[in-house]
Amino acid sequence: MSNADTRYLFKRYNTWWVKVAVPKTLREELGYDLRRSLQTHDLDKAQELRWQVVEQLKAKIDQAKSQESLNLFSVPEQTVTQHVPPTDTANPQYYHKVVECQHACPAHTPVPEYIRQISQGNYNEAYMLNWESNVFPGILGRTCDRPCEPACRRTRTHEKAVAICRLKRVTYDHKDDISNLLPTPEISNGKTVGLIGGGPASLTVARDLVMMGYQCTLFERDPQAGGLMRTNIPSFRLPEEVLNEEVDQVLNLGIETVFNSEIKSMKEFLEKDFDAVFVGTGAPKGRDINIEGREAADKNIHIGIDWLTSIAFEHTKSVGKKVIVLGGGNTAMDCCRTAIRLGAEEVKVAVRSPFDQMKASEWEIEDALGEGIPILDNHVPKRFLIKDEKLVGMEFEKVEAVFDEEGKRSLVPTGEDPIILECDDVLVAIGQDNAFEWIERDIGIEFGEWDMPIVDKVTFQSSNEKIFFGGDAAWGPENIIWAAAHGHQAAISIDKFCKSLDLYDRPEPTTTLISQKMGVHEWSYNNDISQAKRFLVPHADQKNALKDLKMEVELGFDEITALEEAERCLNCDIQTVFSEDLCIECDACVDICPTDCISFVHNDSEENLRNKLRIPAINLNQQILVSEELEQTSRVMVKDEDVCLHCGLCAERCPTGAWDMQNFLYQEAKVYS
Amino acid sequence: MTYIVKPKNHHPLLEKNELGLTRRDYEGAVSTLCAGCGHDSISSAIVEACFQLSIESYKVAKLSGIGCSSKAPAYFLNQSHGFNSVHGRMPSIATGAAMANHELLYLGISGDGDSASIGIGQFIHCARRQLNMTYIVENNGTYGLTKGQFSATNDLESKSKYGDDNLFPSIDLPSMAIQLGASFVARSFSGDKEQLVPLLKAALSHKGFSFLDIISPCVTFNNHNTSTKSYDYIREHNDALSRPDFVPSGKEILTDYPKGSTVDVPLHDGSLLSLEKISENYDPADKIKAIQNIQESQRDGKVLTGLLYADPEAKDLKEILNVSDKPLNEMDLNDLCPGSEKLKDINSGLK
Repeated sequence: MSNADTRYLFKRYNTWWVKVAVPKTLREELGYDLRRSLQTHDLDKAQELRWQVVEQLKAKIDQAKSQESLNLFSVPEQTVTQHVPPTDTANPQYYHKVVECQHACPAHTPVPEYIRQISQGNYNEAYMLNWESNVFPGILGRTCDRPCEPACRRTRTHEKAVAICRLKRVTYDHKDDISNLLPTPEISNGKTVGLIGGGPASLTVARDLVMMGYQCTLFERDPQAGGLMRTNIPSFRLPEEVLNEEVDQVLNLGIETVFNSEIKSMKEFLEKDFDAVFVGTGAPKGRDINIEGREAADKNIHIGIDWLTSIAFEHTKSVGKKVIVLGGGNTAMDCCRTAIRLGAEEVKVAVRSPFDQMKASEWEIEDALGEGIPILDNHVPKRFLIKDEKLVGMEFEKVEAVFDEEGKRSLVPTGEDPIILECDDVLVAIGQDNAFEWIERDIGIEFGEWDMPIVDKVTFQSSNEKIFFGGDAAWGPENIIWAAAHGHQAAISIDKFCKSLDLYDRPEPTTTLISQKMGVHEWSYNNDISQAKRFLVPHADQKNALKDLKMEVELGFDEITALEEAERCLNCDIQTVFSEDLCIECDACVDICPTDCISFVHNDSEENLRNKLRIPAINLNQQILVSEELEQTSRVMVKDEDVCLHCGLCAERCPTGAWDMQNFLYQEAKVYS
Repeated sequence: MTYIVKPKNHHPLLEKNELGLTRRDYEGAVSTLCAGCGHDSISSAIVEACFQLSIESYKVAKLSGIGCSSKAPAYFLNQSHGFNSVHGRMPSIATGAAMANHELLYLGISGDGDSASIGIGQFIHCARRQLNMTYIVENNGTYGLTKGQFSATNDLESKSKYGDDNLFPSIDLPSMAIQLGASFVARSFSGDKEQLVPLLKAALSHKGFSFLDIISPCVTFNNHNTSTKSYDYIREHNDALSRPDFVPSGKEILTDYPKGSTVDVPLHDGSLLSLEKISENYDPADKIKAIQNIQESQRDGKVLTGLLYADPEAKDLKEILNVSDKPLNEMDLNDLCPGSEKLKDINSGLK
């Protein structure tokens, strides 16, 4: 094959084409090259057919040449209409964007691929696919913010997204011992990397680099690694054994750890002379509230994340009978649910904003409400009420949200009487900040707005070329999955830095595109579109759960439910690949498509083209696939990717195989392969 | 043959018609014909036309004979009445049914074998009698169901898939239909829905015998290089008379073709078929010119498509026979069989 004579030949999807370059002078008229399909899959046949076609195309060029010399003095006609060029599906981002869950995932986890592995019962493979991309499948399967789910195509075709996050948990819950599937790190390359902070970002960097033979040393303030995953996420959401298993899985690859060692001076740290340093210290400072009575009631006012940390390490074991939680984010939800489990009898959440604008994830709010915790919205805290030097309550002002013309929100008092709520303890969960007091300002790290280090968005490098930032430490609070995504990128940069390569030369993702056709009517994926509704995850008995801080509330899917939920996936990574040279324009695909995605129309500007499809492609977030001009009618095939069910009926009804269903696997580049 | 179940999900923006139904509500079972068969495109055009006309499916009777074409009624309007008759006998069944209940919309689906060979006698008389129905011939020039022999509409010069010459001239069904008195005659192509759907809508709205000869390539047996009924041959030789635009009753004409370049055919129900002339010599009201156009185009090796001839004022069978307005199937026994006394009266009146 490698010695085959492919002069003038190139392969587009399945078929061989002839390509003849056009001389520069004729490019305006004829384009860069002339192409014609040989309509064969077979190289031998293509080689045989080639010369005749090459001659014809060359004759066309010669003809244009002689025409050109005649028309030398005439003015060329201006073409006004804009046409959409044929879609470049060789660009990995085209099909990647069709797999919207994967595209939306910061770490680009190949979601449909692992869901298919689940439906085949291959939990180990499904787990490893996740582990490659996001390092913590068991943890994320319980705690991820799920940017993939709102992107799921099912939200547009069937209302509710596939329970992607809970299926990720399934890969953890149902896997066997995978220790022999974990790759073996390469022999030491002699380079050293110091990692400050033991959270998800640092662990990801360490995992990626240790594979390449880097000697990684991780410094952690607390007695165990895990960062916010350990200190801020209560164990009724994330059991300790899951956390320990996945954190140790990384550490056991050969990462040196130094616990109970808070780094207090970057200057001193740099004296350790690592080849590169990664800062993954998160956003560890909980915001305080400065209103009347704050100081006097100090004993009973706790900063949310610090309070959660002291519970995680069992320093705090009780709380007052009446508790108010301030804030509307996920930390507030964790605080109120933890307070109930510590024995509080009356827990209330008070949030400044209206209920529908709360920052917490929808499902976390649901869980808190489900445990009987009231959420009082539009409540702005005014002062702490003290009696006999003890906190007894809080006063709130009722407000309503008003939007100005630019859509900017302000909270305007309604003028109602102030609201007094009794309490013994108050938990403040109104946001968190970074804290870089420990980094001296004279060591080459520039700081910008909000006293944050200036970090390059692509390379994660700070202005001290040796020091990299990632996770919440880079640009403020985000979620675990972002930390993992940052970690991969920072690891790539550190590797390039240590090898003195250009950090901006980012590695390309690896992609494969493989036909799923097995027989005349057989496809190697399940294309029967499930009409089942999203399955709910069973919860532990609430009575017991509320008494036990460590009892996991969500129980996860059992195997049968997991299988049914997995069947709801539309397999968006099985791409509809179109080869225009095989198309005979019989309309079979247009007629059969259940969601009217396919149209054959004359080319036009993108706006016009989108409007003249069978059903206008008005969702501009979605791409359209445009073919080259077709032979018989000079129309183009346009497919709107928006609500394609990936059912494969177009390929099934195509008499010539111009449509094919091909599995597109996109794997984001990592430092190791 | 397709084994994948067509998902019932449809595009969230799928249009609804006056009855609140979507196009998907007019579909039938998933086709068992070969992938790429022109007949499937015709089924889809019928679905589109019935959807756009807001036809109530239960007021339609689909009738067919034998052949690939005659299987097609299973693949559209699955809530309509249907009758799959003996080979070539669809017109008799349609006539009987229409006599018993003239309030249904009769849609006959036939093929070139069913109509131009075994059933040609039935076809001739059905056209001649002006039965109020839409008669569609899905014409692929071959006997697909028996593996690709020439049919009677296959052109003289064309060859079979296996290289055999066709030794006999073809029967041109539209010419016959015009000559026999059909009051709406058109030819179209399964691969050109822009032309086919308006013509179908007009045919379904026309009162009287409307005949549509639709060239429908057989991908399996008659879509080769030497065929004259292949997708590429028809596209290359298509000689369209006009661009049709169907204007429903009470709607404004929105096309802005220059004056004199259009011909309007007002239909019985108040709708209008507005035709943008492509051929200058075009007048669908002129029977003789219509036949001449067909012959000339055939001589020039072209396939003439579009509305060939229409007489919207022509009488249909019911009017010719002066049948009662009340359908026979709604009459009770006393009306249908008034008894021997009444017979005596009639007989005595004839003495």
